[in-house]
Amino acid sequence: MLPALVMYAVFVLRPLVLTLQYSLYDWNGIGVARWVGLDNYLTVFTDSDLLKIIGNAVVLIVFFSFIPVALGLLVASMVRRITTGAFGTVVRTILFLPQVIPLVAAGIAWSWLLSSNGLVNQVLRAVGLGGVTRAWLGDFDTALPAVGVIGAWVLLGLCTILLVTGMSKIDPGLYEAARLDGAGPVREFFAVTLPSLRQEIGVCLTVTIIAALASFDIVYISTSGGPGLQTTVPGLEIYRLAFSQRQVGLASALAVVLMLLVLACVLPIQRLTRGEKP
Amino acid sequence: MNLSRREQVTGRVLLIALIVVTLLPFVSMLSAALQPRGSVPDGLAWPSDPQWGNFADAFTAANMGALLRSSLLIVAGVVPVSVLIATMAGFGLGQLRVPGGRLVFGLLLLGLTLPFEAVVTPLYYQMQDLGLLNTRWAIILPLIGLYMPFAVFWMRAHFTNVPVELSEAARVDGSSTWQLFWRVQVPLARPAIASLTILMFLWTWNQFLLAIVLVDDASKRTMAGALGAFQGQWGTDLVLLCAGSLLILTPTLIVFLIFQRQFIKALIQGSVKG
Repeated sequence: MLPALVMYAVFVLRPLVLTLQYSLYDWNGIGVARWVGLDNYLTVFTDSDLLKIIGNAVVLIVFFSFIPVALGLLVASMVRRITTGAFGTVVRTILFLPQVIPLVAAGIAWSWLLSSNGLVNQVLRAVGLGGVTRAWLGDFDTALPAVGVIGAWVLLGLCTILLVTGMSKIDPGLYEAARLDGAGPVREFFAVTLPSLRQEIGVCLTVTIIAALASFDIVYISTSGGPGLQTTVPGLEIYRLAFSQRQVGLASALAVVLMLLVLACVLPIQRLTRGEKP
Repeated sequence: MNLSRREQVTGRVLLIALIVVTLLPFVSMLSAALQPRGSVPDGLAWPSDPQWGNFADAFTAANMGALLRSSLLIVAGVVPVSVLIATMAGFGLGQLRVPGGRLVFGLLLLGLTLPFEAVVTPLYYQMQDLGLLNTRWAIILPLIGLYMPFAVFWMRAHFTNVPVELSEAARVDGSSTWQLFWRVQVPLARPAIASLTILMFLWTWNQFLLAIVLVDDASKRTMAGALGAFQGQWGTDLVLLCAGSLLILTPTLIVFLIFQRQFIKALIQGSVKG
C-alpha cells in the first residue's frame, strides 16, 4: 500500500496543494510571487472572457453527454441486445474504435471531414444543400457545435454499448407485463427501460460530463480554441495561461474552479443513480 | 424476447447507420491518404491511381521507428509498476484491512474525478526542479501517480470480494503475508489485473496533455503526443497528414483487434467502476 500512496502523494496530492497555493499568488513562473489572496478567483468569476470559456465547456456537455446518451438510449431500446454471434462482435468492435484511438487522431480526422473540401460538405452538396457548406470549424457560429460533434462521435459508441449491455440484463418479463397492461412503446420506455437503466445512464453521464468539462485534446488539435475564443475551453486556457502568458496564479485558480465544477456535476449524479432502485 | 418485426428492422437499421458514421472518418482519411502528393483531395473519392507510397513517405517523415520505441519505453515504465503497486495497495485495503485504510481510500477517491489539467502546472515546475523535464521520466512518474486512484479502486473492488476465509486458511497453513499475496491472491486476481493492464496501456499510449507540456522533443513522447507534433509540422500537407495519422494509429488498432474481447470487457468494466 505504501508505494502506491507515495507515488500518489508526490505526483498528485503535492501538485494539487501547490495548485491551491499558486492560485493565491500572482506569479510569472520565474520571478518572485506576490500574494494576492482571492483576487485570481475574483478575476475568474468576473472576467468576461474567462466566463465565456467556462460557458463553452458547459455547452460542450450537451454534445459530449446529452446527445450520446439520448441517441444511445434510442438505439438500445430498439436493439435491446446485440447478439453474441459474429455480427455482434463486429458491431461491438467497430463501435469501440473511437474509444481506442487517441483523441488527437479523432481531432485530425474530423478536422479533415469538417473542412471546406471535406466529406461533410461533399455530402451536403450532393443532397442539394450546397448553400450551407462552410469550413465548419473555422466559422464563428458553427465552430463550437462542430467541436461538440467530434466529442459526440467519440462517446456515442461507448454509451450505446454500455446501455445495450444494461438493457440485456433487464428481465424480459417486465416488458411482457407492460405489454399485457396495454403499454405502448413510449410508456414501456418510461416505465421499464428508463428506471432499469438508471445505473448505466449514471455511468454514461459521469464519464461523458467529465470528458466535456476537462476536454483538451480535441480542441487543441481541431481549432486551438478559435476562431476568437469561440471554442476555448478551461483546459486549453489553463495551458495557455500557465505556459504562454506566464500567469501561473490565474491558471491555477481556473484549474481549481474546473476541478470543483467537475465535482459539482458528478457528485449529484452519483448520488441519484447509485442509490437503491425505487 | 418478442420484439415485433418492425422494431427489429428499425433496430438493425439504426445500428448499421451508427457503424457507418463510426467508420466514415477512417475511410475518408484513407481516401485522402492515397491521393497524389500536393493535390487537393475531395472528402471521399477513391483515387484512380492509389499512392500507397505515401505511407512510406509518412513513415520516414514521422520517424515512426523512434516513436514506437519511445511509446513502448513509456508504457514499459508506467504499466508494470502501476499494476504492481496498485495490486499491493488493493490487497492491503481490501483484504488485510490495514489500519488507516479508510483514510487512504478517502484520499484516493478525491483523485478519481481529478482533471489532469488541475495538476499539470505544478507538475511542470516539480519536474523542472527534479531536472527531469524533457525526459521520458517526466511522463512516466506523474502518470503512475495519476493512475493510482482508479487502479487502487479497481483492485480493492476485486480483493473486497475475495472471502477472508481464504486468507485465514492460508495463514493456518503457515504462510506469511508475502507468500499469501503472491501464491494465493495474485493468481486469483489475474482477470482483474489483466483488464487493468489493458486500460493502463491504452491510457498511457494515448496520453496527450502531459506529453506536450512536459516533453518538447516529439521523439520522446507518447504516440498521441507525437501525433500532435506531426500535425503541427505537416498540417498543411493533407495527404501526408492523413497517411501519417493512419500509420500512427496502426499499432493500437492491431493490438485492439487481437485483444478486442478483453479490451471491450475492460473498457465496459472500467467505466462502470470508474
